[in-house]
Amino acid sequence: MLAMNYRGPFRVRAEQKPEPEILHPEDAIVRVLRSCICGSDLHLYHGLVPDTRVGSTFGHEFIGIVETVGSGVQKLKTGDKVLVPFNIACGKCAFCKQELFGNCHESNPEATAVGGIYGYSHTAGGFDGGQAEYVRVPYADVGPVVIPEDMHPDDAVLLTDVVPTGYQAAEMGGIKKGDTVVVFGAGPVGIMAAKCAWLFGAGRVIIIDHLEYRLDFARNYAQCEAYNFRSMEDPVLFLKKTTDWFGADVCIDAVGGDAAGNAMQTITGRKMMLQAGSATALHWAINSVKKGGIVSIVGVYGPTDNLIPIGNVVNKGITIRANQASVKRLLPRLIEHIRSGYIDPKAIISHRIPLEEVADAYHMFSAKLDNCIKPILIPPSARQ
Amino acid sequence: MDLEKKFAHIKGWGVDADPENEPTYPIKKYTGDDHQRTNWERPPQQPVTVEILHSNERPGVSAVFGTSCPPEGLSGNIRRYAFKHSESSYGHWLPLLLADRVNVVEGIIDDLKKGHVPNIFAEKGWKAAWKYNRAGLIKKIALTALATTAVVMLYKSARSKSR
Ligand SMILES: [Zn+2]
Ligand SMILES: [Zn+2]
Repeated sequence: MLAMNYRGPFRVRAEQKPEPEILHPEDAIVRVLRSCICGSDLHLYHGLVPDTRVGSTFGHEFIGIVETVGSGVQKLKTGDKVLVPFNIACGKCAFCKQELFGNCHESNPEATAVGGIYGYSHTAGGFDGGQAEYVRVPYADVGPVVIPEDMHPDDAVLLTDVVPTGYQAAEMGGIKKGDTVVVFGAGPVGIMAAKCAWLFGAGRVIIIDHLEYRLDFARNYAQCEAYNFRSMEDPVLFLKKTTDWFGADVCIDAVGGDAAGNAMQTITGRKMMLQAGSATALHWAINSVKKGGIVSIVGVYGPTDNLIPIGNVVNKGITIRANQASVKRLLPRLIEHIRSGYIDPKAIISHRIPLEEVADAYHMFSAKLDNCIKPILIPPSARQ
Repeated sequence: MDLEKKFAHIKGWGVDADPENEPTYPIKKYTGDDHQRTNWERPPQQPVTVEILHSNERPGVSAVFGTSCPPEGLSGNIRRYAFKHSESSYGHWLPLLLADRVNVVEGIIDDLKKGHVPNIFAEKGWKAAWKYNRAGLIKKIALTALATTAVVMLYKSARSKSR
C-alpha cells in the first residue's frame, strides 16, 4: 500500500509499505478515505518530538471503511464507514472510565504521561498513522464512531481532532457568559476554539497570530476580533489595554512548541532544542489573563522542560487546565452542533492533495504557502 | 444589556453556557477507580513480536502497542540506553533526540543499500516551493551555493598556503 514515510526533519515521501495486519483480537483494519495533516504533525515534521523514528507513518486524523475486524470486536463490522478519534483508548482502565480517553493507560508502553496516538512518534506508542491507504485501529469497539448518514465526510474527518480539540480548549476555559476570551494561534484548532468560545457564552473573542491570511480567515469564520502580534510592540500590553487594564478572563494556548514571536524562546526552544519547543504563546497567555483567570492549553509541547513564568501563575492565582482532547466523550454533542449549523467544520479545509504528493503538502502547510489553512490528503485507493 | 440579543447574529451563542462549568473536568467524572489501583479488567495482551521499549515508570508493556520501526543499529542502542531513565529525566529525552538525528543518517544509508538514491529535493517538497514561493526558493539555493563556494575557496586557499 502507499503510505507517508518520515525520513528526517523536513523530509517525507510517499512510498510502498506492507499493509497492516490484525495484531490483537480487538483490532480492526480501516481503508482510509481521507486524512489530514495537523498542526501538531508539524512538530514531528520539524523534528521537535523525541523518538520520532525514520520510516514511520504519520496521521492521526482520518476516516475510512472497516476492511477486517479481529475476533474480539463485537460492535464494528466490515463495511462500516467510520471516523476514528486520534486517541487510542482501551475503554476499561481507570482513566478511560473517567472519560479521560486521551490518558488511557493501556495503549502506550513508551510513556506514561500520554496515551497512544496514531502516527505520533514512539513517545505516543509507536503506532503507524492514517496518512496511508490502510491503518491498524486498536480497540475498534471503543474509538471509532460510525459516520451518520447525513454527515459530509469532510466534516467527519475534522471531528477526529480539530473540532473536539478546539471545543475542549473552550470547555477547559470554564467560560462564563460575557467573558473575554483570547485565543493564541489562528491555526485550525485556534480558529475552532474561537468559534466554540461563543457557544459557551463568551462576550468577546480575540484571536492573536502573525499571518494576515489566517487572521482574515478567523475574522470571517469565527466572527471574532483578530490581531497581528507583529504589528504590536507587546501583545501582553495590548491585551491589558483592550481589557480595561484588567486582563482577559480566559486565555487559550492553541499553538504549542512551534510558536514564533520571541527570539529567546525561538532560539532555545526551536533551534537549540534546549526546551520542549518555544513556549511563547503560553508565556503570553499566563501574562495576559486576569488575576484568578483560567489558562487552557491544547497546543502540543514535547515532554522536556519549558521556560514559563511560573511565578506569575502563583502570584496571579491562575488556574491552568490542559489536556489532549477526549475526542470520544465530546462526539455526541459535536455531531448535534454540526446538525444544528452551529459549527461548519469543512469550511476550514483549504487544500485537497493526493497522498502521492505528501512531501509538497507538508512543505506547503509548514511554510504557509498558498494561504494554506488545512490540507487534506486523499489516498489513491479512495479516488477510484 | 441582554446578551442573548446582542449575540443573536452568532448561531448557537451560549448553548453550552453552564454556570456550573468550573474548570474541573477530570474531577467531575471522578470514579475512584484509580484508588483501587490496577483493579480493572485488562484487555488481552498483544503478543510481543518485535522489540518494544517501555517506560521504566511502568512494570511492563501496555495491552496494545504499535510495532512501527523497532529499535535498530546505533540509534537503537542509544534508544535502549534512554529507556533506562525515567520520563522525568534528561537522561531519557536527550539521548532520544540524539538517536533521532543518528537515525536520519541510517535512513540515508539504508536507502542507498537498497539501491535507492533519496531525492532530497522532492522529499523536502520543493516542487510546491517552486510553484508558490519561487523567489524564496531561489534565494535559498543561491545562499547555499554561495556558502558552499565560500567554504571551497577557504579550503583551497588554506591548502595553497600550507604548501
Ligand atoms: Zn491533530
Ligand atoms: Zn484505557
